[in-house]
Amino acid sequence: MVPLHYYLLLSAILFACGVTGFLIKRNIITIFMSIELMLNAVNLSFVAFAARWHVLSGQVFVFFVMVVAAAETAVGLAIIIAVYRTRETLNVDQVNLLKL
Amino acid sequence: MIATADYIRILPEIVLTLFGLIVMFVDPLLPESRNVKPLGIIALIGSLGAVAASIYQMRYPGPAFWNFVVVDNFSIFFHLLVTIAAALVIMASFEYLRVQEIRAGEYFGLILFGTVGMALMSSAVELVLIFIALEISSISTYILAGFRRRDAGSVESSLKYFLLGSFATAFFLYGIALMFGATGSTDIPQIASALRLNGAPLLAYVAYALMFVGLGFKIASAPFHVWTPDVYEGAPSPVVAFMSTAPKMAVFAVLLRILFVTESPSLLAGSRPVWFWWVWGSAAVSMTLGNLGALVQNNVKRMLAYSAIAHAGYLLVAFAAAPEAGISAAMFYAASYTAMNLGAFIVVSHFANAGERYVTLDDYTGLGRRSPLLAMTLTIFLISLIGIPATAGFFAKFYVFSAALKANLVWLTIIAVVNSAIGAYYYLRVIVAMYMRDSTQEIPVMRVPAGVTATLLCSVAAVIYLGILPGRVLEFATRSAQSLLR
Amino acid sequence: MNPVATPFFFYFLSAMALISGVLVITRKNPVHSAIALIFTLLSLAGLYLMLYAPFVAGVQIILYAGGIMVLFLFVIMLVSVSRVERESQFNKQWLVGIAATAALGVLFILVYAKGKSVFPERTVQLPEQLNTQQVAVWLYGTYMLPFEIASLLLLVAIVGAVVMAKKRI
Repeated sequence: MVPLHYYLLLSAILFACGVTGFLIKRNIITIFMSIELMLNAVNLSFVAFAARWHVLSGQVFVFFVMVVAAAETAVGLAIIIAVYRTRETLNVDQVNLLKL
Repeated sequence: MIATADYIRILPEIVLTLFGLIVMFVDPLLPESRNVKPLGIIALIGSLGAVAASIYQMRYPGPAFWNFVVVDNFSIFFHLLVTIAAALVIMASFEYLRVQEIRAGEYFGLILFGTVGMALMSSAVELVLIFIALEISSISTYILAGFRRRDAGSVESSLKYFLLGSFATAFFLYGIALMFGATGSTDIPQIASALRLNGAPLLAYVAYALMFVGLGFKIASAPFHVWTPDVYEGAPSPVVAFMSTAPKMAVFAVLLRILFVTESPSLLAGSRPVWFWWVWGSAAVSMTLGNLGALVQNNVKRMLAYSAIAHAGYLLVAFAAAPEAGISAAMFYAASYTAMNLGAFIVVSHFANAGERYVTLDDYTGLGRRSPLLAMTLTIFLISLIGIPATAGFFAKFYVFSAALKANLVWLTIIAVVNSAIGAYYYLRVIVAMYMRDSTQEIPVMRVPAGVTATLLCSVAAVIYLGILPGRVLEFATRSAQSLLR
Repeated sequence: MNPVATPFFFYFLSAMALISGVLVITRKNPVHSAIALIFTLLSLAGLYLMLYAPFVAGVQIILYAGGIMVLFLFVIMLVSVSRVERESQFNKQWLVGIAATAALGVLFILVYAKGKSVFPERTVQLPEQLNTQQVAVWLYGTYMLPFEIASLLLLVAIVGAVVMAKKRI
């Protein structure tokens, strides 16, 4: 059997991976994917903790997080399309009317 | 079984949702050119109905829906704050939507739905529900920020707000996960008892830190404030009036609940909570950076954005102060900040005119002569933001500083007082420009429509009422603080 | 029933998750990033199965890998890829970014190394066969209010997406 904190370590590393992507990438869509990566890392933590406490509620939270992620994605991609229409670029440095 | 009282305990949310749906249904039935007024009136009735429902709730305190929401004085206070702010913004938006050619149905619908999220944030006592409510309020504000679709700045402010907001959300969520891991529960009272029984493990410290990062973004406190000026500059002004007050105060309500309830045992014992130094540092840095940033701004919207960062700092001072006095001071500050900031942004939004053209300090020169009413109300809001006696801002600052002194936070109080003095300079600069300098260019001032007048009158009344007779509100806040700490 | 959770599967799946996770943030072409992300999601689904969460694993595959990622690919196709690829990849603050993340990663590792004792070495088997049924009981029982509120969230998202993505307003 694999000790539980291995799962949590994996989740922490994936979360850090997402944070890195968010901070260093310039393409908006990839930045957005990094956020999805972070949310998935959190989901892994939830499921691991659910196994640690022997309660199912942790798995129910994951379901809610997925709903939120879906909603966020729909809105985010719509905003990205709107930005692309006005600016014709997906590079955050060139979307610079307001510096990101 | 779900009792009737359970439904009454989420009545404001039900009313808001219902009227939001009515707005969405009626929208396609009306001709597009003349739909602002009827839709706005429906939305206004909805938000006022929610205000009434919140008052009605007072007779039914207690938990509902398997302890997911609790109605107590604290939640009612923030319910009233949020719904009244929504009503005022709806009232002030009529003219703006017409001038800027914004679709009214979705605008009013999103404001009402967003308010549902904010209201729920103040009454929810379960982290997952808080998270979903926070997401509702955030997503609707992301969209509202991009409502001037023809303007590239508005869409980009929406994008920036969205990216940084979801980034912050992920941190908040990770904090929830770790708190769940540390205590085995996401119910705030249960977390409190688990922490009391087992002591706070290392995981809980990290969980507090991550939640604070996530929520710190949403309230624009340093060092997570960098998005604020850009987003506020690009977003439509009435929306800024809304998003700098209602969602922010709802997040403050969440912070108060999480930080104080989970740590209530150690707070009541008189020891410092684990999150004390983060809050201390964040408060000091927010005040300083906010005020220094505002000094060099020429754009009034940006200046008010920096001032909003500074005010988030003042509010956090109350968090670091003695628990009971601190909570009530924070709540009083939240109420007065909402009144004065909302009012100031509404004046800015009306004056900016079509396409949001007139927003620099030079445009404000000579406003005292051209439009005495606008200039006078803006002056009242600004002197309240400075904290001059007989306005809400004075007592708000007074209670916060005295609560901080009571907890022996001498240095933090000194930083706060010095910052208030710095702040006076840039607020006064606007007043001087309006009254003492002559305008260099001809700027048309639109007739002030009834909706804006009503909003401004309400805000001025609130500012002066809180500035002269703060007793009743403060007493209510103190009672809520006691119910929270118990 | 013997657990299928052998260490081999864990290491295999987590290696896959990590490698594809790193690929997501280093690939130049967003389509490649998206496909790498799908691999991360699938390996996470495998890990969920090992943690006795078959319902979550199923939803992960159907909703995340199947729904959300398709949406991503769709939008990438909508905005022309060839142009995006020619633009530079990393912004100027990549050093700061990596430093910040390294600090965060070290913090996490320290926390888990120190807090290891609070976690049990072995996971207790949750009843697998009844998992979906029990999740449903939770969702429609205790978690009814969040469930209903989540529907409002979806409504807000629909309205928002329509407002932002519509061509003429």
